[in-house]
Amino acid sequence: MKTAAKKESFSYRLWRYDGAPGELIPLLQSAQEHFGYIPRRAITYISGVTGIPESDIYGVITFYSQFRLKPMGKFVVRACAGTACHVSGAKSIIDTITDEIGVEVGDTSEDGLFTFLTVACIGCCSLAPVIMVNDDTHGRLTPASLRKILKEYRRKGIAGSEGGAK
Amino acid sequence: MRTIVVGMGTCGLSAGAQAVYDKLKELAEANPEDCELTISGCIGMCFREPLVEIRGDGRRVFYGEVSPESAENIFSEHVQAGRPIDDEHLIYGVENDGKTFGTEANFLDLQNRIVLRNCGTINPDIIDDYENAGGYTGLKKALTEMTPAEIIQTMKDSGLRGRGGAGFPTGLKWSFAAANDGEKKFVVCNADEGDPGAFMDRSVLEGDPHAVVEGMIICGKAINAGFGYIYCRAEYPLAIQRLEKAIAAAREKGYLGKNIMGSGFDFEMKIKQGAGAFVCGEETALFASIEGERGMPRIRPPFPAEKGLWQYPTNNNNVETFANVPWIIANGADAYKSVGTEKSPGTKVFALAGKVAKGGLAEVPMGTTIEQLVFNIGGGIKQSKQFKAVQMGGPSGGCIPADQKNTPVDFESIPKTGAIMGSGGMVVMDEDTCMVEIARFFLDFTQSESCGKCTFCRIGTLRMLEILKRVTRGEGVPEDIKKLEKLSVQIKEASLCGLGQTAPNPVQTTLRYYLDEYKAHIEQKKCPAGECEALVDFIILEDKCVGCTLCARNCPVDAISGKVKEIHKIDQDKCVKCGKCITSCNFNAVVKR
Repeated sequence: MKTAAKKESFSYRLWRYDGAPGELIPLLQSAQEHFGYIPRRAITYISGVTGIPESDIYGVITFYSQFRLKPMGKFVVRACAGTACHVSGAKSIIDTITDEIGVEVGDTSEDGLFTFLTVACIGCCSLAPVIMVNDDTHGRLTPASLRKILKEYRRKGIAGSEGGAK
Repeated sequence: MRTIVVGMGTCGLSAGAQAVYDKLKELAEANPEDCELTISGCIGMCFREPLVEIRGDGRRVFYGEVSPESAENIFSEHVQAGRPIDDEHLIYGVENDGKTFGTEANFLDLQNRIVLRNCGTINPDIIDDYENAGGYTGLKKALTEMTPAEIIQTMKDSGLRGRGGAGFPTGLKWSFAAANDGEKKFVVCNADEGDPGAFMDRSVLEGDPHAVVEGMIICGKAINAGFGYIYCRAEYPLAIQRLEKAIAAAREKGYLGKNIMGSGFDFEMKIKQGAGAFVCGEETALFASIEGERGMPRIRPPFPAEKGLWQYPTNNNNVETFANVPWIIANGADAYKSVGTEKSPGTKVFALAGKVAKGGLAEVPMGTTIEQLVFNIGGGIKQSKQFKAVQMGGPSGGCIPADQKNTPVDFESIPKTGAIMGSGGMVVMDEDTCMVEIARFFLDFTQSESCGKCTFCRIGTLRMLEILKRVTRGEGVPEDIKKLEKLSVQIKEASLCGLGQTAPNPVQTTLRYYLDEYKAHIEQKKCPAGECEALVDFIILEDKCVGCTLCARNCPVDAISGKVKEIHKIDQDKCVKCGKCITSCNFNAVVKR
């Protein structure tokens, strides 16, 4: 995600921390941006700099669905499970993804190529059913068109020409 | 010289607008004397994305479903030669005298755009575009000609009610925050649009971010606050990016910072990215999240107007409410009040989605009926199927059945049906949608999003979900209906925040209008809509099957028989209803009946 807030690196944000309140979530977001997930050592760094107990940080991480404690695959596939997608056949989309990349929702494939997540709503309801692969949205899917898209990502991933989890 | 405008909202981009833009950029750079190329947000016709608009010759013409190839054609014919291409892709056009034409002219003609006044018209990244469209005149008036009390009085007179769903009068809310003294005060904009099926706020932020920024500064002046936060979902990266540009541009022009327009008023603002928690749409949970904590609601009172963010007086409104503010200040309360109904003045933006033929954004005066929205603007139901219900208000709302389609949308009429106005998501359902399954879907959502603070919300929703899952699997028992009714009342009574208090709404409204569907699941073990997999048979349509054997090879229990190039058949005794045949078929030949 290309936002200005994230242009500042994790270490710069930690260094710049001046005790201003409310900085924990932005720090965690930049840690996730930097590492692709929130590793144990990032929690220790943040705790050391801010003085917030590690247990509290862990509590915040597990509260929000954005944060991940495990590394993500090269391609993060987010299937929209919002209402509009649901009534437009999201279930068969989710089944197709599970079948095509061989992982259940919440898991990462063994080859490290794909992580499969669901998201409450991407906000492209008129293009339902929709998935996001990293930052790219694909809409008006059918099981057949979805398989094609995933195969293309697999091909790119194996060739190593594109990608990189955020 | 004509201007080319490419719709670059999230919806346009996911439909392929980037490739179209790149092609047009290439052409425009090769012929700089012929045209100017710019972008805009979403005009609302998401069902025909990607959209390209050509301005010039005293008219605006929109083309839909543009591909890089057809863009080339539009460029040579319309942009260079000045001949609009009059086919089914010419979806909308408007002459300078207001006359409209095109295949989808109805969609926009029936709307009244106040909140969406600039969406799809201006380039959201260019502040001059917003100013030329009358932007920041409301702020100028508020800062140089009005006292805070006059601003609040204007808001009260306009009758604007909070567009986040609850419909609390905005002017009154501001007056509470204005009345409380504090060493600091805050303005918060709730852009954590979490209702699945709603995308109004995303479109406003992507298409007209300055309207929200301006609305917040005016609010800051009215309640004497010096700082504003926009709490925006991280799932809306484009909205955040455009807001950041808008805030930086406003600062550069002197609309933010110290001594704004020489009035002596100081205001600054910052974006806070949400981290994915539906409950953060609740204002006290949102404050907890901005403060860097787990986003759990707090007990009210004290209300935010007294002790909100970091215990300082705070005023919190949603995106659409703030986007209304500059228009009201610039045009006056009476102009706003002349639109809509007496008790619910103004307009409301709806996100039409689901089984509606023309999904997109529509802004209509309050009091417009559901029928007008779904049929006259939305074009009816996809594939001419039977209209069954609309779902309003997301997981906190309810279903309104087709026979009540004459219900006007306003804050008085909608609650009488058992649903709520909500933030504006309107998901249309047809005969193939199972209402028990929809109730299960919403409960699944609220159950996993419950923050866990209140026992009834945490455990009660889980118990309800278990019952609903049982019913959709065909394992329901007659007592389940009573249990659902009882739990609904208990959860509503014993929950602290809006999430728990409204979580049973989808169940209650479906029980109220579709009790026979629940009974069919429980007593006859049948799903009338044919959606619940455990209660339907999977069959292969003979006229669509080409005999490719793909389904038979994918079937885990070898229930499908048939030879190459012959029609296949599913053995119902062996079928375990896993659905693999449906997802593997390339010809949509497998269906549930």
